[in-house]
Amino acid sequence: MTAVKRVWGIPLVRHLVIGVVALVVVLFVLSSLSPFRNAQMATMAYLAIAAGGLTVLTGLSGQLSLGHGAFLAVGAYTTAYLLKDPDPPLPLVVIMLVSVAVALVVGGVVGVAAARLKGPYVAGATLALAVAVPALVRYLHGFGQEQGLHVIVPDVPRWFTDIVWQITGVDVDPVSYVAYLGWIALIVTFILLANLMRSRTGRTWRALRDNDVAAEIAGITLGRSRVLAFVMSTAAAGLAGSLMALSVRVAAPSGFPVDLSLTLLSAVVLGGLGSLTGALLGSALLTFLPQAVTNWGSSAGLSDVQSAELAPVVYGLIMMAVILLAPAGVVGSLRHAWQRRRGLA
Amino acid sequence: MTRTTRRGHRFRRPAGAAALLLVGALALAGCGRDASSREPAAAGDTTGVTDTSIKVGATFPLTGVAAPGYSTIPKGAQAYFDYVNDNGGVYGRKIDYIVKDDAYNPTTTSSVTNELVLKDQVFAMLGALGTPTHEAVVDFLNSSKVPDIAVSSGSVTWGDDPKEHPWTFGWQTDYESEGKIIGKWIADNMPKARVGLFLQNDDFGASGEKGLRDYIDKQIVAVSKYTPGGTDVTPQIAALQAKKADLVVGFNVPSYTALSQLVAMKLNYKPQWFYTNVGSDPTLVGSLLANFSKGQVKNGAQLLDGVMSTAYLPDVSNTSNPWIQTFDKIWKSNGSGGALTNYELYGMSQAYMFVQALQATGKDLTREALVKTLEEKGGDFTGPVFAPYRYSADSHLGTSGMKVVKIEGGQVKDVTGVETTDIGDADITESSESESTPPADGIPPAE
Repeated sequence: MTAVKRVWGIPLVRHLVIGVVALVVVLFVLSSLSPFRNAQMATMAYLAIAAGGLTVLTGLSGQLSLGHGAFLAVGAYTTAYLLKDPDPPLPLVVIMLVSVAVALVVGGVVGVAAARLKGPYVAGATLALAVAVPALVRYLHGFGQEQGLHVIVPDVPRWFTDIVWQITGVDVDPVSYVAYLGWIALIVTFILLANLMRSRTGRTWRALRDNDVAAEIAGITLGRSRVLAFVMSTAAAGLAGSLMALSVRVAAPSGFPVDLSLTLLSAVVLGGLGSLTGALLGSALLTFLPQAVTNWGSSAGLSDVQSAELAPVVYGLIMMAVILLAPAGVVGSLRHAWQRRRGLA
Repeated sequence: MTRTTRRGHRFRRPAGAAALLLVGALALAGCGRDASSREPAAAGDTTGVTDTSIKVGATFPLTGVAAPGYSTIPKGAQAYFDYVNDNGGVYGRKIDYIVKDDAYNPTTTSSVTNELVLKDQVFAMLGALGTPTHEAVVDFLNSSKVPDIAVSSGSVTWGDDPKEHPWTFGWQTDYESEGKIIGKWIADNMPKARVGLFLQNDDFGASGEKGLRDYIDKQIVAVSKYTPGGTDVTPQIAALQAKKADLVVGFNVPSYTALSQLVAMKLNYKPQWFYTNVGSDPTLVGSLLANFSKGQVKNGAQLLDGVMSTAYLPDVSNTSNPWIQTFDKIWKSNGSGGALTNYELYGMSQAYMFVQALQATGKDLTREALVKTLEEKGGDFTGPVFAPYRYSADSHLGTSGMKVVKIEGGQVKDVTGVETTDIGDADITESSESESTPPADGIPPAE
């Protein structure tokens, strides 16, 4: 029993076990959902990946990014560029990795500049990026300008259909294929992020978030740690962007407005800064709430325009309620409550 | 590998009893779903159609920057469908029209279209608005074999290649044909004019320029492009002024009509303006002018006096037109209040064409049959549009021609008759067909 406990105490083992269990659960859940719910699950997966990267950046290393939509755009455009012809030059997984790499490089360049800034100045610089990237794409030739690049999602590979069939007994259609891809990518990303948070690097980030002077005295190179955190979260955003392109099937400037970045940040705050579970919760809310609220609105007899306007109102109210009643976010506040109870008992 | 062999394969595999049970249960669930969605092969796809209803979906920007004007198009369609339903529907089927907001964001278009097709199971999409937004869903709709009727955008993509998108049909005159018609009119009537172009920097502007250059390549002295999103067009207009352009043709959206007018006022630049149909709605541009100038311009609509434009539908100010009279009556009985606008008229016209196609298809409505009807009979449909639709097996492009018009005292006056043409090197001909009149009750007759 103690041996099991000891092994469970090793973060990598724990995260891998949770990951494998999650993977099996996800396969069964996705295979039992309708195609429409699968499409929503694909959306939730890419939002959660982006929010996961952002929550680690903001919650752990203390850098506030208001421009993560720009890195989603970088990932999405890379994928769209490589998938604009019916015969893609690379396998899909490689295309996704290339998108991550491109976002990582762009993130590195921005990160080096951002590492010299602190607090609100990082936020300002990244916000400028969120405005600039879609505008830049409108000017550049070869990126489809206003109407964007069309994404041709490759056919579901035979081996993939066979494996899913062996496990769940359900066929994979093109819509759920993207959902499977998204959730597999989400689980892999979250295992990596969870490990990173528990590692020396994660502790370094916490140190410089809480007091950068103390961290520097303790021998932490501030610039390098900040850039690392930034690059890691832009890589996650790149992956999210790549999946976004696959699920939306187009990469167009109007798909990356400034409020995409702000919405992502709000999802992270709602769930609880620095918590991956919180990121998951926030992205679930972002995905399912608007559609549900709009439907409630129209079934309650509101006009189409009114019910369309209802979703942001309800989201805003929930946001305010969370900030007033649970300032550490939903997951953060639950965790605090749990710790208090244990401390008392 | 077919499904039966795969299934046989599965049972030969050694697996844990519990896992096998679970897999078995889910496989059964899977089979159940497959069986229920299987259609009898010959009858065609009747998704969204019952004996008493037809479900139709649409995506429009109801909120956000593109909402002014465009958000009222579906109100027109809704009013027309309500009117048809009140009069017994089409072959006894009421039309259930579901509109979703995409805020002109392709990501949202994709998710709400998923909802319409996969969850609400609509029979067809009607009038989905926007080029980048519809680009996101056109492949999905075609691979799901959902009729995608009357896309609200003048891009040639919606119909120039029916082999690539067999389920998608255009609606309004495409921007290239519009460019050609404007170009020919300038070549014939203002051959000495020094033409400056004011273009949106995308497919819209590029198609228009292509059409214009077929006729007035040598007359064009300056080309200015703006990128949507920016709010200052002073450099662009100043460049046209510097080249002494005395006729400016704008392929731009309404907000840039207002911006270009304000800048020209500031620069004291007074060329003849020629805006496309998209950019010239006097009421909308007038209110935008008042808004952008923070109230300094009060008589916005009058500021557009003398501006030239094009039209493929009659203007609501033209109260002697029988179609306007019919639609105005329907708007008064079934609309959502206020005076009929050109945007609502646009939605009603799309709805009219859709009902026309349903009537012509007959009682046995399937998705395949609707597309077949449009390809075989759509070219003969008459309606509020001035020129016939180009629907055939080789082209799914919408109406083929326009009139050149002039805005005078808030009214839209005809300058020419109906000029019809097509994309590519098709000639422009004056339409000889006399204008159609609506059926007495405003509902296209069944065949």
